Amino acid sequence: MAAETTTTTSTAPGRFSGLREFWYYFSTNHGAVLGLAVFLLLILVALFAPVLAPFSPDQQFREFIRMAPPWAGGTQPQFFLGTDEVGRDILSRLIHGSRYSLMIGFIVVTGALIVGVTLGLLAGYFRGWVDALIMRVMDIILAFPSLLLALVLVAILGPGLFNAMLAIALVLQPHFARLTRAAVLSEKSREYVTSAKVAGASHIRLMFVTILPNCLGPLIVQATLSFSNAILEAAALGFLGMGAQPPTPEWGTMLARAREFITSAWWIVTMPGLAILITVLAINLVGDGLRDALDPKLKRS
Amino acid sequence: MLRFILQKLALIVPTIIGITIASFAFIRLLPGDPILAMAGQHGVTPERYEILKEQFGYNLPIWQQYFNYVGGILQGNFGISLATKRPVIDEFLTLFPATVELALFAMLIAVALGIPAGIFAAIKRGSWFDQITMGVALTGYSMPIFWWGLLLIIFFSGYLGWTPVSGRIALNFFFPRITGFMLIDSLLAGKPDGFISALRHLILPAIVLGTIPLAVIARQTRSAMLEVLGEDYVRTARAKGLDPNRVVGVHAFRNALIPVVTTIGLQIGLLMAGAILTETIFSWPGIGKWMIDSISKRDYVSVQSGLLLIALIVMAVNLIVDILYAVINPRIRVQ
Repeated sequence: MAAETTTTTSTAPGRFSGLREFWYYFSTNHGAVLGLAVFLLLILVALFAPVLAPFSPDQQFREFIRMAPPWAGGTQPQFFLGTDEVGRDILSRLIHGSRYSLMIGFIVVTGALIVGVTLGLLAGYFRGWVDALIMRVMDIILAFPSLLLALVLVAILGPGLFNAMLAIALVLQPHFARLTRAAVLSEKSREYVTSAKVAGASHIRLMFVTILPNCLGPLIVQATLSFSNAILEAAALGFLGMGAQPPTPEWGTMLARAREFITSAWWIVTMPGLAILITVLAINLVGDGLRDALDPKLKRS
Repeated sequence: MLRFILQKLALIVPTIIGITIASFAFIRLLPGDPILAMAGQHGVTPERYEILKEQFGYNLPIWQQYFNYVGGILQGNFGISLATKRPVIDEFLTLFPATVELALFAMLIAVALGIPAGIFAAIKRGSWFDQITMGVALTGYSMPIFWWGLLLIIFFSGYLGWTPVSGRIALNFFFPRITGFMLIDSLLAGKPDGFISALRHLILPAIVLGTIPLAVIARQTRSAMLEVLGEDYVRTARAKGLDPNRVVGVHAFRNALIPVVTTIGLQIGLLMAGAILTETIFSWPGIGKWMIDSISKRDYVSVQSGLLLIALIVMAVNLIVDILYAVINPRIRVQ
């Protein structure tokens, strides 16, 4: 008990200075700071969507179908980004859509993290047949192109946002498992693990309390990249009609019928995609910054 | 070297078995009765149901069904498409060259632009060229490519009218199918107009499919070059007074190429995923569009075999990349 108190008191200032050091490196990357600002703004938009959106995302103004934005020849200034094929305000739909994209990112990454990290810890910690079995299954999942596997899983489970998220989480988690396993393997033989083991720590404690916190750097970076991947894949599934179903204002789903309006109403096509691009770009900027700040060795694209 | 290849082959055997189990399980995991699911909304009579059950072997124990399935695959029997009643493997082989042509062209664009961009960005680190290139690369990497395709269609096909919107070649061209690649077949048939038409159809889909690999390759080349340019042997070469172009081109680039080749190899699987979206947008008659159509037509036999074939192809390509990697990097072989 006494030993534990001393460790906590000694790590507390260390952790604080670590955070400060992290922010120092992170903030030198202007792109990353910009990305973070955009991401925080998006969270605010998602939280206050009903207040910010001028109209309900489902309200149809039948007299203003496919109205161009006012700055591009439209006559209705209240529809700042124009209206879609059934006269819904695109801006309001995009604002509400931010909730779906962020929710997809958070839920998918949380799910993939929990499953992937647990499997990776088990594989790296126990080695032997546990390791072989888990990692072979991960190899099999990774052998399929991710979007194709997600599509097939959704075909099995039935189209819909929840099933799409489940499928995406499943195809993203092997990356976490591999990363965790590799980190565990390099940490396992360190002295602090041996000393915790000698002190009588249980397997669970060794895995989750002793080893895991020291593998966090690469996992945080991977989680950020997976967040943007999840948004992209969910949008792709929505676009292919296998994700969120209309009239949900999910950004990818909004593009599902957009091909028909390529020549007649470009704003229906451009706006939702722009929202996806800005969101994903912001998160990837943060991811780049995190990678440089947390793990200078992990310089892969 | 042979030992290395054999080791690699031994390692992928369990994965291949796993892939066959996964694709075997696919039809059995579909909700409800597989035969009713395949029959679709029309349903089947009880007599027909029994016949189908026998025909597909669903009355056998599950392990026997699996061995029959694998046995069929080993004999090249990938089932009969529920939608077209043709052997799935025939459909696959007819459409596969279209996807390969598209993917190769996309990769060509990605490598031809990505590697020089990455090298110059690394040499001029911190310059405006570096910053703009890396900004564009990250944007490309973040691109929802189905939307990117739509944008290009709006601009190049709709606004400028330069390129066709869909398909592989204008309908008035017909020539014998020799390689399955329109660009080559048109030239073999002596029809340069056909070649131009095929090229015009190919360019936009290839740009769309090549965008993410291009971004990844540019970023990877830059970081690999930066790492190598900091090495002692590069400094030595510079100190000796060698021509700077030679230092970059020979001393640095050759060594930076190793991680870049791996990256290019890893893009193959992603290309297949990208092909699904690209081919859907441009109505490109390849494997990706075929998979989407099969899923929406509930042609589960085609989906099952397509899944298996695509996974096997991706694995084979990755194996080749691993071997190439060992050829250019002797350190891997020794380990």
